[in-house]
Amino acid sequence: MMSNQGNRITQGQFSFLPDLTDEQITLQIKYALKNGWAVNVEYTDDPHPRNTYWEMFGMPMFDLKDPAGILMEVNNCRKTFPNHYIRVTAFDSSRGVESPRMSYIVNRPKSEPGFGLSRQEGPGRSIHYTVHSYATDKPEGERY
Amino acid sequence: MNDGAADAPVPTKALYAVPDDTPVDLGAALRDSQVQEVLDKLDRELVGLKPVKTRIRETAALLLVDRVRKELGLTAGAPSLHMCFTGNPGTGKTTVALRMAEILHRLGYVREGHLVAVTRDDLVGQYIGHTAPKTKEVLKKAMGGVLFIDEAYYLYKPENERDYGAESIEILLQVMENNRDDLVVILAGYKDKMDRFFQSNPGMSSRIAHHLDFPDYEPDELLAIAKLMLEASQYRFSPDAERAFREYIVRRMQMPHFANARSVRNALDRARLRQANRLFARPGARLTKKDLVTLEPDDILASRVFKEGVPDTEGKDARESPRE
Repeated sequence: MMSNQGNRITQGQFSFLPDLTDEQITLQIKYALKNGWAVNVEYTDDPHPRNTYWEMFGMPMFDLKDPAGILMEVNNCRKTFPNHYIRVTAFDSSRGVESPRMSYIVNRPKSEPGFGLSRQEGPGRSIHYTVHSYATDKPEGERY
Repeated sequence: MNDGAADAPVPTKALYAVPDDTPVDLGAALRDSQVQEVLDKLDRELVGLKPVKTRIRETAALLLVDRVRKELGLTAGAPSLHMCFTGNPGTGKTTVALRMAEILHRLGYVREGHLVAVTRDDLVGQYIGHTAPKTKEVLKKAMGGVLFIDEAYYLYKPENERDYGAESIEILLQVMENNRDDLVVILAGYKDKMDRFFQSNPGMSSRIAHHLDFPDYEPDELLAIAKLMLEASQYRFSPDAERAFREYIVRRMQMPHFANARSVRNALDRARLRQANRLFARPGARLTKKDLVTLEPDDILASRVFKEGVPDTEGKDARESPRE
């Protein structure tokens, strides 16, 4: 993540690839719908890798047959939050799984400042490391 | 999706690049789409409804021609196929809508070909801010298929200006316009009420290209429908019963709350009840399979339509229930 060129964050599927086109997103959604997973659109402006709970954009979408409706929501979300991270997740509710099966980023801020490495001296000269997103220095909503 | 502009061929070029006498095989396109099968099924299973069938044929033909045009590189602008079905209760609006979804799917106009049937309750919310997400959710479910709004005139209630129905109509209009490739909206309702609905919503009226009026059935058509229904549930009329049932239809048509095919179905259901009762009322009699599948005149003549001149269950027939 930190040595990633251009500081693009890499979370979920396809994140090492160039950004997905709408057509590719549609095909991925179609795959999720074919498997009967509920598709959500989520957004955040806190790119920390441990930030797993992103805000949901609207309700999760159950019982859809066609990806057009979800793509419509993705585009709505892009319009509302053009400079946020937006991802599409597919939730599998079947017993024993009950967790997201797919998650991929469909929108990124124009510039991603990346992460700094901070060190903390612990007892006995040990060092604790953590990453810190430069974007989160600013308050929520003004980060990108 | 915004890739429409990218893959559309340049129209003027194609008009001249392909020679005028290029052979065109419409028959092959028809075979490929297998739409003939659905149209035949429509003819077989739906009695009467001439104007509706003609319009469906026309639509199918237009979509087929468009498809062939596309193969030649001519422009085939997706026509707007939002429809409005008007007609009295029980004239087959929902049934035709279902078939429409299948036909449009075979012709490749809608991607999935499912039908989402809704009424006002499914679209309009109960408090401020509830309507938009609710309507949008339904629209999203219907994408790739057909959205059937039964009794659509209830969406607009002029007597209450704070009614949320207007908001729902607004969203509907927007999606009908912007996502024309993604879904087909079919509105249904009684003729006079729909006319009033369109008068107060000119935007809706102009976005709906096809207005189909479902005529009432003739007695003979209703009898044919009754026979089809019986066949489907593996019963049959005895010759006398058939005559009695025709008489029943003629009388029932004069009475209030007559709901065409739905009344016929209800009458048949009651006849089956009476038939079962009649079989039980003769203990010890030797019954055969024929007795189990045959409706006798007594089963029909016992109706209050004959005895008292009123429908069997007053008022129930008239209720246009949305999903039948």
